[in-house]
Amino acid sequence: MEGTQEEFAIRVRDLVVGFGRQTVLDHLSLDVRRGEILGLVGASGGGKSVLMRTIIGLIPRQGGTIEVMGQPIGGRTQDAATTWGILFQQGALFSSLTVRQNVQFPLRENLVLSPELMDEIAIAKLEMVGLRPQDADKYPAELSGGMTKRVALARALALDPPILFLDEPTSGLDPIAAGDFDALIRTLQKTLGLTVFMVTHDLASLTTVCDRVAALADGKIVAIGPMRELLQSEHPWVRAYFHGKRSQMLQHQMR
Amino acid sequence: MNSEPLLLATPSGDALNLRPEGPWTAANVATLETLSRSVGADVDRSRSVTLDMSGVGALDTLGAWVLEKLTRRAASSGRSAELVGVADHFSGLMDEVRQVNRHTPAPAAAPNPVLLWLNDLGKSTIGAREDIAVFLQMLGALFTAVIGVLRRPRSLRLTSLVYQLYRIGWQAIPIIVLITFLIGAIIAQQGFFHFRRFGAESYTVDMVGILVLRELGVLIVAIMVAGRSGSAYTAELGSMKMREEIDALSTMGLDPVHVLILPRVAALVIALPILAFIGSIAALYGGGLVAQFYGDMGPAIYIARLHEAISVTHFEVGILKAPFMALVIGIVACSEGLRVKGSAESLGRQTTTSVVKSIFLVIVLDGLFAIFFASIGM
Repeated sequence: MEGTQEEFAIRVRDLVVGFGRQTVLDHLSLDVRRGEILGLVGASGGGKSVLMRTIIGLIPRQGGTIEVMGQPIGGRTQDAATTWGILFQQGALFSSLTVRQNVQFPLRENLVLSPELMDEIAIAKLEMVGLRPQDADKYPAELSGGMTKRVALARALALDPPILFLDEPTSGLDPIAAGDFDALIRTLQKTLGLTVFMVTHDLASLTTVCDRVAALADGKIVAIGPMRELLQSEHPWVRAYFHGKRSQMLQHQMR
Repeated sequence: MNSEPLLLATPSGDALNLRPEGPWTAANVATLETLSRSVGADVDRSRSVTLDMSGVGALDTLGAWVLEKLTRRAASSGRSAELVGVADHFSGLMDEVRQVNRHTPAPAAAPNPVLLWLNDLGKSTIGAREDIAVFLQMLGALFTAVIGVLRRPRSLRLTSLVYQLYRIGWQAIPIIVLITFLIGAIIAQQGFFHFRRFGAESYTVDMVGILVLRELGVLIVAIMVAGRSGSAYTAELGSMKMREEIDALSTMGLDPVHVLILPRVAALVIALPILAFIGSIAALYGGGLVAQFYGDMGPAIYIARLHEAISVTHFEVGILKAPFMALVIGIVACSEGLRVKGSAESLGRQTTTSVVKSIFLVIVLDGLFAIFFASIGM
C-alpha cells in the first residue's frame, strides 16, 4: 500500500496463450481497476480459467505482458501469497489439515508470529467469512459445499492480499447460499478494499455484485463495461449469452 | 508515511493516550507484537485509555486485530477505552474486527492418557472384529458372484478379466523374474559359503530346490504382487468410490462386485500360480548360475542333483498355496478400496492398510499351510 497508488490493479497486454497448436488466448488485453469487482464471462472451455491461471502464473504465456499492482509478472513470484489470494473452484483445501490449520497455513509460511496471535487471526478470518469458531477443528471432508468455499475464502484472505481471484465462486451452491456468498464478497471487498477478479457463469452474481463485466470470446475480450452496457452490446456471442432463453427469464424477473 | 510501525504511549495521571503510527500490516507482525506487548503493563495500570488512530498509514485485518486486542484489554474490568481519529477507509475494518473472537469456545480439556490408551485399545479391538466381518462379507459376495457366473457364463466380464490378466500377470513378469532370480542366486551363494566348511556343498542344491519350490518362490511372488497389484486395486477402487462411480454402477442395476471386483480377483487367482511358477524357475536358474561360477558345479551336475533332491510333491506344495494367497490379496485390496472415504488422505491410508494387511495375511497363511502340509505328510 506504499508507493504510488496505481490506477489499475491488473494490466494485461497482448497476451497469447496456447497449448500445442491450439491458441486459447489471442492477443488479449484487459485492465482491472483498483478496488472494483470485475466479472469475467465466456463460453465453457473458452479460456476464462486459462486467463486467470495465466495471470497468477500457473500457465506459461507465449507472448504479451502482465502487470499486477504496477509490477510486471514473470513466472511464479516469491511474494505471490501477499499479492493475491485465490479461491479455486473446488476450494482446494488441504485435506490433511483442519480448517484452522488451512487458514493459518499462509500465515505460518510467510510470517513470524506467536501461536496465540495466529489462532486469533484464524478465528477472526473464519468469523469474517461467516463461520463459527466451533467449525475450526473440522477437517475439509466434514464440510458442506458452502462451508468449503467460505473456508477457502478465509484462507485466500489470510494475508490480506490486495487482489482476490475467484474461480466460479457460486457454482455448486444453492441460490440462497450463492446469494449469501455474493453479499459476503461485496462486504469483504468494501471492508478490506479488495480488487476482485471473478470468473463466473452466475448471471445473478454478475448483476448484483460486479462493477464491470468482461466478455471473453474467440480468445479476446469482446466487450467490457457495466452490466447495463453489456446488455446493449451488438457482439453476436455476447447477445447470445445475455439474451438467450435462460438469461431473458432471469432479467425479466429482475425487472 | 513511516516505513516502520510505531506505538507512542503518553500517560497522564490515570489516563493513557496511545497513538499507533505507520503501517499496521501483516508484513510487520513481529514489530506489532513487540509493540503491543511493551505497552501491556501501562494499559493494565490506566483507568482510561484513548487510542488515537489518526497516525495509522496502512491497516489490515492483522493490524486491526492487534489494536482491537489492546482496546479490549484496556476496557476489561470496568475501565474505559475510547477509539478516536479512525480514518473513514479504516472504520469498516475496525467495526468488523470488533465483532470477532467474542465467543471463542473453551478448549477441550486434555483427556486422561490412560483412558485415551484404553479407548484406542477398545477401538482397535472392535476394528479388528469389523475387519474380519468385512473380509467375510467380501468373500461371500465374491462367492455369490461366482455362482452367478457359473449359472450364466455369458455374464462374465471377459474383456475386463483379460485386461486385468495382462496388467497384473504379463506386465509383472520382468520384475518378478529379476527379483526371484536374485533371491535364488543369493540363497545358493550362502549355501555354498556356509556348507563348504563341513564339506556339504552338494546339499546346497537340495536346499535351494526345496526352499524355492516349497516356500520362497510363491511367498516372494505373493508379496511382490500384493505390493504391486494389490495397491493398484485399492487406489483404483478407492478413487472410483470417491468420484461416485461405484454408486453410479449400483444405480444402473449392476453389482460392483460382479463388474469390478470379480474380474480383478479372478485375474489374481489365475495369474499368481503362473507367476509363482515362473518365479521359481528363475530362482532355480539363479541358483544354477551361482553353482557354476561360485560353487564350481557344472550345469549337468546341478540338474542331476536337483532331480534327486526335489519331487513333484515339493512343487505341488508351493503352487497349491498360490491361488489362496491370490484370493486373500484380492479380497483385502478390493475391500480396502471400497472403504475409502471422501479425502485424498483416506485414499493413501487405505492403500497402505491394504498392502500391509495383505502381506501380513499372506505370511500367516503360509505358516498355516506349512502346518497343514506337515500334518498330512507332504
